[in-house]
Amino acid sequence: MTPEFMDTYFWPLLFILGHIGAIIGCILLVMAYYTYAERKVLGAMQRRQGPMTVGPFGLLQPIADGIKLLSKETIIPSQASKVVFLIAPMLTFALALVAWAVIPIDAGLALADINVGILYLFAISSMGVYGIIMAGWASNSKYAFLGSMRSASQMVSYEVSMGLVIVTVLLCVGSLNLSDIITAYRPWWMQVLLLPMLFVFLISILAECNRAPFDLPEGESEITGGFMVEYSAMTFALFFLGEYTNMILMSAMTTVLFLGGWLPPFNIEALDFVPGFMWFVLKTFGVMFFFLWARATFPRYRYDQLMRLGWKIFLPFTLIWVLVVSGTLIYMDALPGQLE
Amino acid sequence: MLQPLAFYLFSLVTLLSATFVITAKNPVHSVLFLILAFFNAAGLFVLLGAEFVAMILVIVYVGAVAVLFLFVVMMLDTGFAELRKGALQYVPIGLVIGGVLLAELIFIYSAWEFAPSITNNIASPVTAESNTVSLGLLLYTDYVYAFQIAGLILLVAMIGAIVLTHRQRSGVRRQKIKEQNTRKRDDAMEVVKVTTGKGV
Repeated sequence: MTPEFMDTYFWPLLFILGHIGAIIGCILLVMAYYTYAERKVLGAMQRRQGPMTVGPFGLLQPIADGIKLLSKETIIPSQASKVVFLIAPMLTFALALVAWAVIPIDAGLALADINVGILYLFAISSMGVYGIIMAGWASNSKYAFLGSMRSASQMVSYEVSMGLVIVTVLLCVGSLNLSDIITAYRPWWMQVLLLPMLFVFLISILAECNRAPFDLPEGESEITGGFMVEYSAMTFALFFLGEYTNMILMSAMTTVLFLGGWLPPFNIEALDFVPGFMWFVLKTFGVMFFFLWARATFPRYRYDQLMRLGWKIFLPFTLIWVLVVSGTLIYMDALPGQLE
Repeated sequence: MLQPLAFYLFSLVTLLSATFVITAKNPVHSVLFLILAFFNAAGLFVLLGAEFVAMILVIVYVGAVAVLFLFVVMMLDTGFAELRKGALQYVPIGLVIGGVLLAELIFIYSAWEFAPSITNNIASPVTAESNTVSLGLLLYTDYVYAFQIAGLILLVAMIGAIVLTHRQRSGVRRQKIKEQNTRKRDDAMEVVKVTTGKGV
């Protein structure tokens, strides 16, 4: 090995691999304790205790669950399309992890600070639907198929309004780079203008992650678990991991787009002593709590209500809001300065 | 070294999956291979430095068009074997069409002349702006009419599809949200004093 080879390829590669490993490690840890938090929060909201027995306060419960899933048998239905059946959960989990490459946790602390970061995130999250469709089709089971059909139409519908919400933010910011989106100066009226979009986005990410009250693809009371009805052990665990990682990812995306990422809240200078990533993590946790809160609060939507909300309310509303935001920006002379 | 490696990887997978699209026995597998081909084509665009086009390719084709494609193909309940059986009789026509297209391509390629300004620009022009910005500046200034017309054509296509498939059926029970929300207590119930032994 020449030293040149080591300098140009080996060390950078090792550094990138280490970075990836660190990100994945952190996410898996957060994800494991997110399932624990979910059960505790739901418990508290329903006046029960949640997991209590494994470890102090049930803290080892996620680890016990993981070991249980690892040690179970992976059952592949005899009529299933085997390759697609096995690829589907892997794809779901891989896509949920891949998207983290562009999330800036602190100033300059992203694996890849690419120019089109937000488009990359949107592209990856729009591909998430394939894992579910493939799972539903490959299982060769009616319930699984119904679940995946529901999921496909739901995710495609809500992506439309999510895309338009992202457009309104981009109009204000003038860059597709996630770090630029966070650091761009936004006067108070811009924040007020984006506030309704924050709510639309929060509801859309619930639908995009197939979470309650939009968890129709699972719908355990009508289609017995939907697209993952045939999955067991590790294949099920991968879906589970993918779903929770996606929720954390969507929370991080909300933090980047609307909540100011690693900056202290309201840019209060006195709070600067707290390191930036702490703010990022706290804000993301806040949005993650919203997922659980919504699940504990709302009953499941009916399918036609879900479609109505997506197409007849969110789509026109966000479309009009794009016009409102761009009109206001022109009126206030605040268009991001490329064309002055 | 890494870039050529990535290029060959992406193009190999693109070509292979494109081949599998037409040779796969099961239509669903074909669509899945098509998606893989799209995705790798996006990878090739990234290597060209056209990251905006790459991302839009993934968002539009992989994330939306192909999903609906897959949706439809999965719902089709035709016997795949039956579909295969009749396929052989169309081979001559297919060959003729393919041959005509190939001949046309060859004619075009042999007669095509590049303007000197294009040949000088084969390597991507180096600009200070990211290619998203430069694309936007071009689309909304020099090509704004073409851009608007393209949008209009898409809109017409969409409305056309809706008009063609929308049916007015009688006897469909629909939920009328507005009526439900404007309903008052007086519309729905009536308080009756019931005298004992007489009923309502």
